[in-house]
Amino acid sequence: MSREEVMSREQTQQSNLEAAAGMVSFADYNFPDERGHFGRFGGRFVAETLTHALDDLDRVYRTLKADPAFQRRIDRDLAEFVGRPSPLYLAERMTRELGGAKIYLKREDLNHTGAHKVNNTIGQALLAQHMGKRRIIAETGAGQHGVASATVAARLGMECVVYMGAEDVERQSLNVYRMKLLGARVVPVQSGSRTLKDALNEAMRDWVTNVDDTHYIIGTVAGPHPYPALVRDFQAVIGRETREQCLVAEGRLPDVLVACVGGGSNALGLFHPFIRDAGVRMVGVEAGGDGLATGRHAAPLCAGVPGVLHGNRTYLMEDEDGQIISTHSISAGLDYPGVGPEHAFLKDLGRAEYVAVTDDEALRAFHHLTRTEGIMPALETSHAIAWVMEHAPKMDSEQIIVVNLSGRGDKDILTVARHDGIEL
Amino acid sequence: MSRLTERFAERMAAKSSALVTYLVAGDPTPEVTVPAMHALARAGSDVIELGIPFSDPEAEGADIQAGCERALMHKVRLLDVLDMVVAFRKQDARTAVVLMGYLNSVEAMGQQRFADAAAEAGVDGVILVNLPPEEADELRQALASRGVDLIFLLAPTTTDERAQHILARASGFVYYVSLKGPTGSANLDVEGVRKRLDQLRTMTALPLAVGFGIRDGVTARAVAGFADGVVVGSALVRRMGELAAEPAAIPAAAAAFAAELRAAMDAA
Repeated sequence: MSREEVMSREQTQQSNLEAAAGMVSFADYNFPDERGHFGRFGGRFVAETLTHALDDLDRVYRTLKADPAFQRRIDRDLAEFVGRPSPLYLAERMTRELGGAKIYLKREDLNHTGAHKVNNTIGQALLAQHMGKRRIIAETGAGQHGVASATVAARLGMECVVYMGAEDVERQSLNVYRMKLLGARVVPVQSGSRTLKDALNEAMRDWVTNVDDTHYIIGTVAGPHPYPALVRDFQAVIGRETREQCLVAEGRLPDVLVACVGGGSNALGLFHPFIRDAGVRMVGVEAGGDGLATGRHAAPLCAGVPGVLHGNRTYLMEDEDGQIISTHSISAGLDYPGVGPEHAFLKDLGRAEYVAVTDDEALRAFHHLTRTEGIMPALETSHAIAWVMEHAPKMDSEQIIVVNLSGRGDKDILTVARHDGIEL
Repeated sequence: MSRLTERFAERMAAKSSALVTYLVAGDPTPEVTVPAMHALARAGSDVIELGIPFSDPEAEGADIQAGCERALMHKVRLLDVLDMVVAFRKQDARTAVVLMGYLNSVEAMGQQRFADAAAEAGVDGVILVNLPPEEADELRQALASRGVDLIFLLAPTTTDERAQHILARASGFVYYVSLKGPTGSANLDVEGVRKRLDQLRTMTALPLAVGFGIRDGVTARAVAGFADGVVVGSALVRRMGELAAEPAAIPAAAAAFAAELRAAMDAA
């Protein structure tokens, strides 16, 4: 087949996908629909008791989204409390050592609290305050979202309860203590696999009980409608800044965007403002754990099937009977059997591609970035760095990769030390 | 007339309420389930809700969650649950059986295949806690075509407008969730539930069953005074869990508890 034939076949495939999604082209990308559907994914699959609260949240959010005063308040908080815009940093030494594409890091690790999570909690806490809620609950895996929630709760004087899998409480003890210092109550969840998915179940149970005075700050682009769209919108500041910064620095858009994907909020925050730019390639990196072939991983987009969990339809890791299976990743923040529905949709559309990186590759990337750039990434983020290490050398020096440096790695040094056989 | 309709109609004609009991299929062992169902039926349970064990039962409290975990230790599958209904039906053509669980179990099997298998097994109704009516058209039609009711829940937070919308799609009976919380919570407000049921009666002719938070004879009796059905789940599952080490004792214990509830309700 000639190159032209290949290209024309690819174009046909793309337009078929777009047609299936009801789009003329990606330039028309506008999801979700009224009821939260991204094609066949998303939606709102919850116990009836929560429907009313979700309707309220949806209505208030739509109103405030169009309210310039609310937007100004968020922008001011992001500038003065979070420290935005975060820099787009050219990793010169890493670029030189890998010897290929130019590598830029979007420095979300420099945000207050050390990760991208705070972009969302700032927005949701202001929403909660506007709705008259006095209590905030959150689930957390690595603890970054828990810390970001506890932080905004402390600032606004709201009560905060964070649900965290008992296994994660053990492996992320530093973040647990940070949350307690911030005045939050951390509830270790002993049910199921004692990780992030069980923390989510428990947070849902709390919310269904205390729905009148409580706002549930979901930390990722998953959950029932409107959360996937709402969290995405709050995180999209990452991509909007990147777009402007790249245009200033390079006079053009990047060739490739790379981000790690657990639930997928940092990835979607980076990707979303570029979805309509069909020339920008988007790569989401899932947690490959011990390797996809071993089954011990957390990569539903690479190795899962569509199903319904935690309020939305998406790719899940489940057995043939629909039971959710235990996941494994060295990184607590990626250790989740589902993924945001918009990622599932972008995968099926072929607009973004999803790959997996193993624990060992992520650890190697952690050390590499730390040694070459003096930047210690979170283990979650290290998965995205690992993809860059493999692919940047194969690319042209004129090409540009932007990787979302979604969080800092201080929280992970005990895990890294243990893995390297070092007693601290 | 469907079994569900008959069972409710009988009790309503006798100015009484139907007793709806819930257990998790395969909890604490798969062998216990069918004998326990027979014991519950003999003790006066008109409808048995058989829980499909699920790994992530996000709307359940600690008791039913633990029941699911006990059942899943035996790798109880949806196909096994359906086999239990088949086995139950060999000796009981009268008691209504409702499967209760989460959408993912049904989707993994396939909606049409599930509807066919459920109907053939002798299932009368299906409740999927996380399937709202807006997303339910396909399954509702698949089940309806096989004579199986898809039963919806109404909650204290459901607005009148939404209740109309749900009731227009409801069949079998309406499951009124008596409180804000997961199953087995303790904050039952009997007077509030009575008022809401009075309003709902003006909107539907379907039987109204009340569940969540009914734990003993006292609460069952209070609710039986105005509800067409009284659902007891967590309190039964907890008793069964306490006997996990001596499963042979479970059917008799389940029957004793059901008889206690039945007697309290009949005195209402």
